[in-house]
Amino acid sequence: MGHSQKESVWGSCNLFSRKAILFSLTLLVFFNFHLKDTQAHPLSPPTELFAQDTPNDHGKSISLNWNLSPDDGKVEGGVLSYEILRSTGLQGVFEVVGSVPAGTKEFTDQDTALVNSHNYYYKSRAVAVTDSAVSEIFGPVTPSGQWFHTGKTSVFVATLLFCLIIIVAISYAKRGGKLYIRPLAGINAVDEAIGRATEMGQPILFVPGLGEAYEVATIAAFTILGRVARKTAEYQSRLIVPAYYPMVMVVSQEVVKSAYMDVGRPDIYNEKDIFFVTQEQFPYAAAVNGIMLRERPAANFYLGKFYAESLMLAETGFLAGSIQIAGTDEPIQIPFFVAACDYVLIGEELYAASAYLSRDPVQLGTLKGQDWNKLAIVILVGLGILTATLGFAWFINLFNVNI
Amino acid sequence: MRRQLPLAITFITAFTLAVQYFIPHRTFEILYEVSQVWLQIVGAFAMVLGIVSLWQLHWGKARGRKPGWGYSIVTLVCLTAMIVFGFTGPTKLGEVGPGEWIGPFNWSYDNVLSPLSATMFALLAYFIASAAYRAFRARTALATILLLSAVIVMLGRVPLGDVISFGLFSKVANWLLYVPNVAAKRAIVIGVGLGVAAMSLKVMLGIERSYMGGE
Repeated sequence: MGHSQKESVWGSCNLFSRKAILFSLTLLVFFNFHLKDTQAHPLSPPTELFAQDTPNDHGKSISLNWNLSPDDGKVEGGVLSYEILRSTGLQGVFEVVGSVPAGTKEFTDQDTALVNSHNYYYKSRAVAVTDSAVSEIFGPVTPSGQWFHTGKTSVFVATLLFCLIIIVAISYAKRGGKLYIRPLAGINAVDEAIGRATEMGQPILFVPGLGEAYEVATIAAFTILGRVARKTAEYQSRLIVPAYYPMVMVVSQEVVKSAYMDVGRPDIYNEKDIFFVTQEQFPYAAAVNGIMLRERPAANFYLGKFYAESLMLAETGFLAGSIQIAGTDEPIQIPFFVAACDYVLIGEELYAASAYLSRDPVQLGTLKGQDWNKLAIVILVGLGILTATLGFAWFINLFNVNI
Repeated sequence: MRRQLPLAITFITAFTLAVQYFIPHRTFEILYEVSQVWLQIVGAFAMVLGIVSLWQLHWGKARGRKPGWGYSIVTLVCLTAMIVFGFTGPTKLGEVGPGEWIGPFNWSYDNVLSPLSATMFALLAYFIASAAYRAFRARTALATILLLSAVIVMLGRVPLGDVISFGLFSKVANWLLYVPNVAAKRAIVIGVGLGVAAMSLKVMLGIERSYMGGE
């Protein structure tokens, strides 16, 4: 009876239904097997972990890199991130010091807990949703500070060459070698401007710019201020110096005072004419413009660092009818001064003033050395163009700077 | 000794800071940081001298009723008020929420000084116009070239220029800006760079000492 019932059940299915059931069972078995296979396969760790002291730094830093786990990039069960573990001993406890997302092959350990000259051991751990795999231990690695930045070798060599050329030029000048310095109209006009102010009985305004006292352009301005102060002391004219920084005021007072003492007229030196105005750009411009319109100086000097206020000052001075001499190393401001001033010291001419004024062989030597260096740069630029055109990249690579 | 000691200090300081650029070691990093702190301390003391100088100048002008003495009164009142606000009033630093009182010091800075500075900066447009009028007068051949270049660059920067020249002005303007203009600017920058290096070397070696007074 039972046998007949079983037969009747199977007997009720047609051929297609039987095939469908068999196919479904096969699929189930396959997927079940595949699922088990995936779960059973362990996560592969990252390989070839390498760590080294980070080059060209002050220490307390170790750079690591590794090869990605073969499971990196898999959609299912793939690596999500890599954790970097550090220990002070091979058998010690490894602590996580950082983590990077999947696909990343490097990490820089800059933990403040790192101590220079101490040994450290590292592991990299690939992390998945339910699994993780740790690489081999690498170490010991010792962080340390370097005494030379190899990425700046080209700058170092260029600096040495620059100094060498300057020294050669100075020794040439000291031996009596003839050095031609082209006339600087702006410097030549200083005496003329001061003479004009004296004749008119008007003061002279000297604006040392918006640079701090330690900036090279401001130091160059002090040199010319010394020259201007000597002349004003000789002609007994009034010299006004509004300063943007208190330190510039202090140095300017010292420069002017020394100049007055050098020409034997300390009695007419007035410290109150060299004063601090403000450290705000446009209030400073407004104050200096006010001085120009009230005091009506016959000669204005703008020498040093200037920014957007350059044209405001120079244009006001022009409208006030003053003779104006300007000089700055800010390329953007030079056209404004050219448009509004009578004489302009362009860029490096500002620095050449002390050599030009003193005619001291040592000073002239440095100026000439500067020119020779410029020639060397022109030659190198030409060689760079030629080698790059011919496809020799090594020549340009010599000048790479990796900071 | 009055000359030698400052020159020696200058040489040691300048040499150390120049060498520091090539040495990443912590020792030199600390030296650099310390020098920056010293610079700030010296600057702070100099600020006291600056304020004293400012006060003496304007107090003298106000007392003597010299021309423009009214401005001196305004300067002294503002200087005093800002010092008082800075020391006594609450000063909110960083992000400020809507309607939050930022203190009288910041309020004065934001609502008085900043608009006045912006006004002064805006005047630059008029100064540029008057300077350009003079600079672009075609008196010589060079001035004429300058005028033509300026006109092309100005037209090349506005849509109208391209409409009337079928796109030619913007191309010529770009060429003028990125070829001859940049070449001249780079020449100046290279010259300035060498000048700065030479000047620094002269100061370091004591060849240039005019900043100490005298020539």
